[in-house]
Amino acid sequence: MSGVHVSTTINGDPVEFVCNADEPLLDVLRNRLGLTGAKEGCGTGDCGACSVTVNGRLVCSCLVLGAEIQGAKVETIEGMAKGDQLHPLQKNFISFAALQCGICTPGFLIAAKALLDKNPDPSEEEIRFGLAGNLCRCTGYDKIVRAVQATAKEMRGA
Amino acid sequence: MRYEAPETMKSAVTLMATEKGLAFVLAGGTDLLVKMKGGFLEPDLVVDIKRIKGVYDIKKSATGFTIGAAVPGVALAENAALVKAWPGVVEAANLIGSKQVQGRCTMVGNLCNASPAADSVPALIAANARVVISGPKGKRTIPIEQVPVSPGRTSLKKGEIIESILLPKRPSNSGDAYLRFIPRTEMDIAVVSVGVNLELDSKGVIKNARVALGAVAATVLLVPAAAKALIGSKLDDAALEKLAAACSAACKPIDDKRGTIEFRTKVAGVLARRAAQIAYKRAGGK
Repeated sequence: MSGVHVSTTINGDPVEFVCNADEPLLDVLRNRLGLTGAKEGCGTGDCGACSVTVNGRLVCSCLVLGAEIQGAKVETIEGMAKGDQLHPLQKNFISFAALQCGICTPGFLIAAKALLDKNPDPSEEEIRFGLAGNLCRCTGYDKIVRAVQATAKEMRGA
Repeated sequence: MRYEAPETMKSAVTLMATEKGLAFVLAGGTDLLVKMKGGFLEPDLVVDIKRIKGVYDIKKSATGFTIGAAVPGVALAENAALVKAWPGVVEAANLIGSKQVQGRCTMVGNLCNASPAADSVPALIAANARVVISGPKGKRTIPIEQVPVSPGRTSLKKGEIIESILLPKRPSNSGDAYLRFIPRTEMDIAVVSVGVNLELDSKGVIKNARVALGAVAATVLLVPAAAKALIGSKLDDAALEKLAAACSAACKPIDDKRGTIEFRTKVAGVLARRAAQIAYKRAGGK
């Protein structure tokens, strides 16, 4: 199988890699670039643990080929905190205990950020619909929803 | 597997037409990549069409809307003019998968995946949408209902690629709606679905109608008898009764884990009534 050479931008940094033609972006991130924040839960776009944004669109990185991100702008969980400064969502996930095993957490954070970027004042229903593509087997979702609500309030300065 | 990302539709068509092995078009990939991952498909060539100019465009013109083959679900919802003209089509497309899937999934992909339960297809058929196909012999435009021929199969010939969907101009006093039955509140596959598109005269009498049913036959069905039941009425109880009966009569469903023949047949009529009421209201009917 011949390699595909890709130049792209990940979390603001220029990145180059060679991947197989059928290699998912998730595998590129984890196995070639050492960005192991995105997790493989199902590999078929059902669980959201591999969520990233590509050109500002929330996607499952397991359902994107590495070859497709030539020239794109990718944001992963590794780019969410600014240095030592956690994003308000990250802080609130900790303070609301919105995680237990933590496998789903990077995906939830990326999806929650995408939601709040678009809708700074979501209702509980909008949050639940917005995060319906992310599965969590531990928390029962309630603490996640509370953490997102608190973050939305905080970020609106309310 | 080879991956190609041509910059013109012509080279994409040539790649698809000349490949000796199994070739697939990649736009959103939310069906294709899942099938590859599951080992159901092992393509020799994948042609990514997203670098071709215009594939992400939603163009409004005097004749309606042209929606490019790579426009994802989320972008449909962001286009206020499209949502205003064709709310049923946009709602149907936005029911596909999660927000993550919406970031990638396309209506052309939904159509070419050729599932009888495809959410956007009944709404597009009801809307009288057409598709523009590029192929080795040039371009052709066909009604959308002529694309799927059986589960997983389309009428597209080797080398042909759907480049856009055409939605007609919305006439005054008209409206559309799409409803589906699923046992959950979201993120599921339709057990039964229906798209309804109505045009009223100035007195609120239905003068044109199109009704399409999903998940009750091998392909999405256009049901002319259901449209006939509505035309000439103001959507009174008798017309709704006839509509439901026509829809149930058109069903040729299968029994599976998601629904029985009896259930699907009954629910097709129920959903058709409800969708017709929404479409009628959107068309300005009272």
